[in-house]
Amino acid sequence: MADASGVATAPDSSETADNSEEGVRRRDWIHIAAISTAGVGGAAVVFPLVAQMAPTADVLAASTTLVDVSSVEPGQAIKDVFRGQPLFVKRLTPEEIAAAKADDGANMRDPATLEERLGEGNEDILITLGVCTHLGCVPLGAGEGENKGEFNGYFCPCHGSHYDVAGRIRKGPAPTNLAVPEYSFQSDTVIRVG
Amino acid sequence: MTIRLGGIIFGLVLCGILVLWSMVPGIFNYATPEKPDYYAFQEENIQPAGGFAFDGPLGKWDYAQLQRGYQVYKEVCSACHSMKYVAFRNLEQLGYTEAEVRAEAATWSVPGIDPTTGEETTRPGEPTDQFPSPYPNEVAARIANNNALPPDLSLITKARKDGVNYVYSLMLGYNEPDPEDVAKSPDFETPSGLYFNEYFYNINIAMPPQLYPDLITYADGTEATPEQMAADIAAFLTWTAEPSLVQRKQTGWFVIGFLAFATFLAFMSYKQIWAGKKGKKKKA
Amino acid sequence: MSFAWAKQYEPKTAFTQWMDEKLPLPRMIYNAVGAGYPVPRNLNYMWNFGVLAGFFLMVQIVTGVILAMHYASNTEVAFAQVEHIMRNVNWGWALRYAHANGASFFFIVIYLHIFRGLYYSSYKAPREMIWLLGVVIFLLMMATAFMGYVLPWGQMSFWGAKVITGLFGAIPLVGEPLQVWLVGGYAPNDSTLNRFFSLHFLLPFVIAGVVILHIWALHIPGSSNPTGVEVKKESDTVPFHPYYTAKDGWFLGLVLIVFSLFVFFAPNVLGHPDNYIEANPLSTPANIVPEWYFLPFYAILRAFTGDLTIPFTGIVLIEAKLLGVIAMFGSILVWFILPWLDKSPVRSGSYRPLFQKFFWVLVVTMLVLTYCGGAPAAEPYVLISQIATFYYFLHFLVILPIISQIEVPKPLPFSITEAVLGSDDKHGGSSGGGENPGKVVKPLPEDPDGSLQPAE
Repeated sequence: MADASGVATAPDSSETADNSEEGVRRRDWIHIAAISTAGVGGAAVVFPLVAQMAPTADVLAASTTLVDVSSVEPGQAIKDVFRGQPLFVKRLTPEEIAAAKADDGANMRDPATLEERLGEGNEDILITLGVCTHLGCVPLGAGEGENKGEFNGYFCPCHGSHYDVAGRIRKGPAPTNLAVPEYSFQSDTVIRVG
Repeated sequence: MTIRLGGIIFGLVLCGILVLWSMVPGIFNYATPEKPDYYAFQEENIQPAGGFAFDGPLGKWDYAQLQRGYQVYKEVCSACHSMKYVAFRNLEQLGYTEAEVRAEAATWSVPGIDPTTGEETTRPGEPTDQFPSPYPNEVAARIANNNALPPDLSLITKARKDGVNYVYSLMLGYNEPDPEDVAKSPDFETPSGLYFNEYFYNINIAMPPQLYPDLITYADGTEATPEQMAADIAAFLTWTAEPSLVQRKQTGWFVIGFLAFATFLAFMSYKQIWAGKKGKKKKA
Repeated sequence: MSFAWAKQYEPKTAFTQWMDEKLPLPRMIYNAVGAGYPVPRNLNYMWNFGVLAGFFLMVQIVTGVILAMHYASNTEVAFAQVEHIMRNVNWGWALRYAHANGASFFFIVIYLHIFRGLYYSSYKAPREMIWLLGVVIFLLMMATAFMGYVLPWGQMSFWGAKVITGLFGAIPLVGEPLQVWLVGGYAPNDSTLNRFFSLHFLLPFVIAGVVILHIWALHIPGSSNPTGVEVKKESDTVPFHPYYTAKDGWFLGLVLIVFSLFVFFAPNVLGHPDNYIEANPLSTPANIVPEWYFLPFYAILRAFTGDLTIPFTGIVLIEAKLLGVIAMFGSILVWFILPWLDKSPVRSGSYRPLFQKFFWVLVVTMLVLTYCGGAPAAEPYVLISQIATFYYFLHFLVILPIISQIEVPKPLPFSITEAVLGSDDKHGGSSGGGENPGKVVKPLPEDPDGSLQPAE
C-alpha cells in the first residue's frame, strides 16, 4: 500500500521538475486523494471480515418447535429446545392462577398481567424461554422438586433471581420477565413455537 | 579450481547419461505406440440456443426458469438424487414468499423422531430443513439402482467440467450410437442395465433416459419439451451449486470499478513523485 | 545498516520521541520500508513482486484465520463445512474464493520473483543468504499449499494427499513406516486431516518469520538492480518511501484488479471440478492433477518411468519411483547451490548474451513442464517431460557453470546513475538528480568494480 511505511511525507520538492506554487498544490492533492481512496478501500475490505462473525444464515433461519402438552398435568412443566435455547412449558394449577392474578397489581420491575403473559385463548399454559434475563443461566423450577424460589415460580441459582408463577421477575438482579416466545396452538394439545 | 569444476561436470555428465539410459524404455514405447480402439465420448457439450440468463459477467438469474427447474427436480430427479446442501429456506431466493416456502417444505417428508416413542419416523419438512435424501444410505441407493449410486445434485454443475452445459447435454444425450464410430470400435457394446449416452465419460450410464415430451406440466404453462426441461434443470442446478453466483458478479463489478479508480489515482501520484527522477531511457 | 547517506529517523512529536527511546519500532519501519532505506533508482517492474508476495501472504493469513473460524477438520463434516462457508456464512463465498485464488496469486507472484532473481542473478554474492532464505520460504509455501488443498476433503484433496505422502514411501528402508507415520494410518484419515489443518495454520506464521529474516538479509547489502552494478553513491539511489511505496502501491492496485477478476468472475478456473465431489477412498479420479503451481515439479516426478540400471547388466541402482522423488526434490534443492554454480562476475542477464538465451530456454522448459504435469500420464507427454527434465538439470548443473567461464559479457555501465541518465561524472562528482556531491564515498580499494560496501 502506498502508505505502508506510515510516514506520509511528500517527496522532496527539490527533486521534482515542477516546482511552482501551483505545481506543489496539484501534487499534494493527488497524493491525498490516492491515500484516502486506498484508506476507503481498506475500510471496505474490513466490512466482510467483520460481518462474517455475525450469525450465519442457517442460525438466523427461524426454526420452529412443536410441543405436545397433552401429557402435562396441572402443576407440571416440561423442558424443550427452541432455536438452541431451553424452553419451559408449564400447566398452571387453579391455585397458581389465582395467586398470579392476585399479584397482577403488585409492585414489579417489569409489570405484566397473567393474561398478557399467557396470551389470548390460553387459560393455563405458560410458555417461556428457560433463560434468566440477568446473565443467561437456566432457572430452576421446571423440574420435579427443584427450588422454585420465594415466589413459587422459577429461581435462578447463578445470581439469585426469583420469578413468580407467571415467570415475572420479583426479586434479584434480572431486569425483565422470562421471555415469552411467539407461539400458536396447532391443535388443542400441540403448540407450535416460533 | 578448473580441475575441481571439470571433475564435477564430468561426474554430472556421467549421471546424466545414466539417467538418460533409464529413459530409453519410455522412448521405445513412444516409437511403437499401441493405439487403443474405443468409442470416444463427446467432450464438447451442447448448450441451449441463446445460452443461459446467468452466463457472462452481467448474468442474472431467470427466476421463472429456476422455479421451473425446481419443479423438474422435484417431480423427476428427486426420486433418486439427493440435494443435501440445499435447505428449503433457500427457495426464498428463487422468488417464493416465506409462506410459499413453508407450504412447499411441508409437501416433503423429512426424517424425524416420534416425540412419544423416540423412534425414527418422518415428519413434514420445515423451511429450516435440508432437502431429504431419497435413500436412507448408500447401500440402499445402490440396491435400488442396479449397483449405481445416483450422485448428490447440490454441487453437480461445479463438480463437472463445463457443468451447466454438461447437465444439459447429458439429459439430451441418449442418442443412437454413430454407426461409423461403432464400426471402428470392435469392443463396442452397451451392457444390459446401462444406457448409451455419448456425453457420459464412459458412454454407458446407469441412469435411464428421463425426459419425454410433456413429462410434467409446468406451473407457468411453458411447454414441457425435453430441451426446455433440460435447460431448466441445468439452470436450477447451477443455482443450487452456487447460490451466490449473481451477487458475486455484481460485487465484482463494484470492486473492480473502485480498484480501477484507486489505481488510477495511485498511478498519477506515482508519476508525480517520480517526475524528475526518470532519466533518458537507455537500453539496459 | 545502510548507506552513509541514508536519511535518519527523526521523531517529531513528544510521543514518537518517547516511543523511539522505549521501543524504536517506528525507526525500524522507517529504515526497513521507509525513507531510511536507499534503493537503486533504476529498478524495473520485476522488482515489485517482493512487496506483492508479502501482501499476498497477509491476504492468505487474514482470510485463512477467518475461514478457520468456520471450518471443522473432521472427515465426517469437513466437506459440508466448506459448503456451509459458501452458503451460510456472511461473505463466506468471497472469503473462501479469495483464499483459494490468493494461493494461486501468491505462487504467480513468487514465481515472477524467483525468475527475476534468476535473470538478474540476485542470488550472487553478496546476496546469497537472501536467496537461500527465499528457497526456504518457497519450500514452506509448497508444504503449506499442499496441506491447505487437503482441507476441503474433496476427491482431489484426498487423492492428492494419498499420492504425495506416497512419495515418502519411495525412500529405502524407512519409506513405508515414514509414510504411515506421516499420514497416521494406511490412507488419509481423520488424523491426517487434523494434523494437516494444524500445520496449515502454523506454517504461514513460520513463513512470515522467515520473510522477516529474508528482508533483514536484504537490508545488509541493499537491493540489487537491473544493471547488476552495485550502488556507488547517493545519486544511484532514491529513498524507498515515497518512491517505491508509490510504485508498489499503484502496481498493487493493478494486480488486485486481475485478482478480483478471478475471485469474482472465474473463481473456479484454477481449481479442479473433482474437488467439489466429497472424498471417496474407494474411487480414484481419472487424472489426479495437483494445483497448477505444482505441475512442473509433478511433471519431473512422473518423468522417471524406468529404473536406473547399470547398462547391459540389469543391475538396478535406483528404482524409478525413488528416482522421480529424488529428481523432484532435487529440482528445488539445486537452487540451494545455485550461488556457487554461476561464477560469472557479471550479475545482470541483460549484459550476458549467452546466459540470456539459456535463461529463456529454461523459462520455456518450465512452461512445458507445467503443461506436461497437467496432461495425462501418457505419450507424448512423458517423453516431452523427460526431455524437459533433462534440460532443467542440465541448465543448472552444467550449462550455468560452463557459460560463466566462457561467456564474454557486454560492457557494463559505470554506475546506476549513468545507466539512468546516460552520463555520470566518473570522478566522484555528481551530475545526476542534483544530490549532494559531498556525500560520495570513495570505493574500497580491493573492490574491482568499485562497488560500495554499505556501512553497518
